[in-house]
Amino acid sequence: MTSFDVIVIGGGVVGTAVLKSLASYEAKTLLLEKASDLSMGSSRANSGIVHAGYDAEPGTKKAYFNVLGAKMLPALAEELHVPYRKTGSLVAAKGGGEAGLEVLLDRAKKNGVRAEILSREKILELEPKISPEIQSALYAPDAGVVSPYKLTIAQGDFAVLNGATVKLNEKVEGIERAETGFIVKTSKGEYAAKAVVNAAGAGAKRINEAIGEMSVEQVYAAGDYYILDSKQSGVVNTVVFPLPDEKGKGILVAPTADGNVILGPTSRRVSEAQAERNAVTREGLALVREGVNRLISGVRIGDAIRVYAGTRTSVGSDFIIEESKSFPGYFMLLGICSPGLTSSPAIGEYVAEWAAKKFAFKKKEKTVPLPKKFKLSACSIEEAREKAKEDPAFGRIVCRCEKVTEGEILSAIHSPVPACTVDAVKRRVRAGMGRCQGGFCMPRVMEILSRELHLPLTAIRKGDEGSEIAPYEVKDGYEEL
Amino acid sequence: MKNFDVVVIGGGPAGLAAALSARKKGASVAVLERDDKLGGILNQCIHSGFGLHYFGEELTGPEYAKRFRDAVLQDSGISVFLETMVLSLSKDKIICALSPAEGLLEIQAKAVVLAMGCRERSAGAIALAGERPAGIYTAGAAQRLCNIDGCLVGKEVVILGSGDIGLIMARRMTSEGAKVKLVMEIMPFSSGLKRNIVQCLNDFDIPLRYSTTVTRAEGKDRLTGVYIAPVDEKLAPILEKEEFIPCDTLLLSVGLIPENDLVSDMIELSPITKGAVVDERRETSLEGVFSAGNVLHVHDLVDNVSEEAAIAGESAALYALGKLPRGEKYAVTPSRGVRYALPQRIQAGEGKVRVYFRVDQVYRGKTVAVASGGEIVKRKKTAVMAPGEMQYIEIDKTALTGDVSIYLEEV
Repeated sequence: MTSFDVIVIGGGVVGTAVLKSLASYEAKTLLLEKASDLSMGSSRANSGIVHAGYDAEPGTKKAYFNVLGAKMLPALAEELHVPYRKTGSLVAAKGGGEAGLEVLLDRAKKNGVRAEILSREKILELEPKISPEIQSALYAPDAGVVSPYKLTIAQGDFAVLNGATVKLNEKVEGIERAETGFIVKTSKGEYAAKAVVNAAGAGAKRINEAIGEMSVEQVYAAGDYYILDSKQSGVVNTVVFPLPDEKGKGILVAPTADGNVILGPTSRRVSEAQAERNAVTREGLALVREGVNRLISGVRIGDAIRVYAGTRTSVGSDFIIEESKSFPGYFMLLGICSPGLTSSPAIGEYVAEWAAKKFAFKKKEKTVPLPKKFKLSACSIEEAREKAKEDPAFGRIVCRCEKVTEGEILSAIHSPVPACTVDAVKRRVRAGMGRCQGGFCMPRVMEILSRELHLPLTAIRKGDEGSEIAPYEVKDGYEEL
Repeated sequence: MKNFDVVVIGGGPAGLAAALSARKKGASVAVLERDDKLGGILNQCIHSGFGLHYFGEELTGPEYAKRFRDAVLQDSGISVFLETMVLSLSKDKIICALSPAEGLLEIQAKAVVLAMGCRERSAGAIALAGERPAGIYTAGAAQRLCNIDGCLVGKEVVILGSGDIGLIMARRMTSEGAKVKLVMEIMPFSSGLKRNIVQCLNDFDIPLRYSTTVTRAEGKDRLTGVYIAPVDEKLAPILEKEEFIPCDTLLLSVGLIPENDLVSDMIELSPITKGAVVDERRETSLEGVFSAGNVLHVHDLVDNVSEEAAIAGESAALYALGKLPRGEKYAVTPSRGVRYALPQRIQAGEGKVRVYFRVDQVYRGKTVAVASGGEIVKRKKTAVMAPGEMQYIEIDKTALTGDVSIYLEEV
């Protein structure tokens, strides 16, 4: 049985943040993820917003980690070469909504977050297409947008590059107390660890139950989203929210870090079983369209390229970030819903410091930086020329819409946390994320995966087990003319 | 920097026909093709039915493509660049492209023919509700996997949309042993060819339901079924009548969109065809840039593509050689029953022009009329006109005295 210092359960943005922070210490770490890739739960389908920190109730863990995380995120994104843009955010109010904005402004002051209330005139300078109904807004200049799944994957890549182990497709089935800590039993084996970090997101309740810790009540809210074609990118510059209500921050309109426009989410209470399914509803999409029209005029829904749903899991009103009292060495991260993405770097640091102190991990003198990868769509003509000369695979464009080369796809397949599915390639390099949604490149990406992974084409999957894209062979071959 | 008289962007049926006709006029020609083989989407269309008009015989897609490909490859005046993706085209016709063989390629063209084809509308574009499992594909992607890669996407199939690729795939998957349970069309009429409905659905007893759509998809990792419902006259599903159909595959054949992303901020595009606004020489709003094939407007028959592209190629060569005449242009405007007409401009002069058009619903025994300067210059009665089948009417340019309108009489 292999022994580790720390086992992190869950490969979402929080779990990988913990792993990434632990990579700065002399500690042997393992991350277990049940799905076929990192970032397969809430971290893949959320708004991708770096919240400035005015929304959370002062004094809560949400406020503490949000404000700290928001400060850390820009540097982290730069360090890991993750798309991030500081856009600023607006909470837009109709006439009569000023009192609501004042409440937020007060919280911003208490939380130490820069914010001010803008008149319609000032709003128009930032958002020329703001709805005519909007009269005032709370402006927070430090808000931004980040690619949540790229952040998650890059954190995993960084950690692996610095000695961590990441095991995908491995579900935790039981945790036992042992003399030296814990034995974690999975679908594929057993591992010993001094400490276990439960960052299992929606699965955190199950992990708590597996170890015998208090059972928590998890509440699931699903949200529907639209992603619009990048040609709509001029429609909005900042993250525009409505005034929040009891259900959450409401339906927003925002640019994405990768240059699209995101609309959503709704907030539908769903069951545990539904939370795993992430089904988009027609009613939800209708609510998104209505919500968007109240904020920004002239958003062309006809330019949608994708609709999807994501689920937020909450436990009570605040995050639970604490070591178990019954099981010392077992650290719980429960109910990390919004602003979980923004908070994640601070949570990761907090947990790593806890572990380092408890087990006297030494800080490494230095870590290996994550190399910046070539990206045709982001480079200059000269860089493209050089790279294609150096390696012809970087001259072969596979995804036409997003201009992704074969070289970039190969690099994703052979990255520290390897992409083994079509969706995993997509999340890393955007092949299939453009306006044709993989209509052209999906078979080509499958061919590359098949070649590189030495698998028959019929075994290539979209995502998790059972998602083979074209599972059968045709009766007759195809004759080249 | 390389120099050519005519650069054709796209080596599918339109690009190849344009290249050959430009050559005939004496121009030096380059064809830039993003795939590793000329022929475009025809290479995966292994069914027959191509060439009846153009060659007077029935060919498969690869056979039809081969005739043009062989002619292009044999012509030493045509340079072919494969696996070459155009990154940008400037107004002064400098093309920047990338390929593994050439690296970054810069070409100065005197004239350009746009022949990039079209793409399929995706599940996202129609905002398909439900889950996102494997098993939901555009019909063309499934066709490529089947006919090029030798993989079948599923065994129990439902098809949304009655576009031609969907109809062809219904037959293709049936012949591979899959059960095609249903084809649905949200409109009360098909967007595909009548002959495909007969030969691909009726002959195999595959049901086709009009005014019906998919309301949501179900399945966590693999599709397990779809909910479908009839739609009302506003195309909204009547959810009380929703029913579940178990299946492992949903193919989408819900429309084709000309791929004009390369030039969308440079040339005038029609909001209806999503292709360029052109005159009868297929010249776009940018002088010396021509457009043909499915990037101009979506065709039902490749034979028409070849014909149209030959016009564009010839015009591009004449332009490059300084021989393309210029003159007053009349606007062509569709109305009453005609959804669009192409070309949208006709230059005054001599000769005959075929005006292609599509109607907005099924019409029986109606007469299409072309008027110019207030006078009807041509009328043509047709037994059945359906939106899925492109029509044309030929007019004599000498009869034109002003802007042209095209419409259905008694509608």
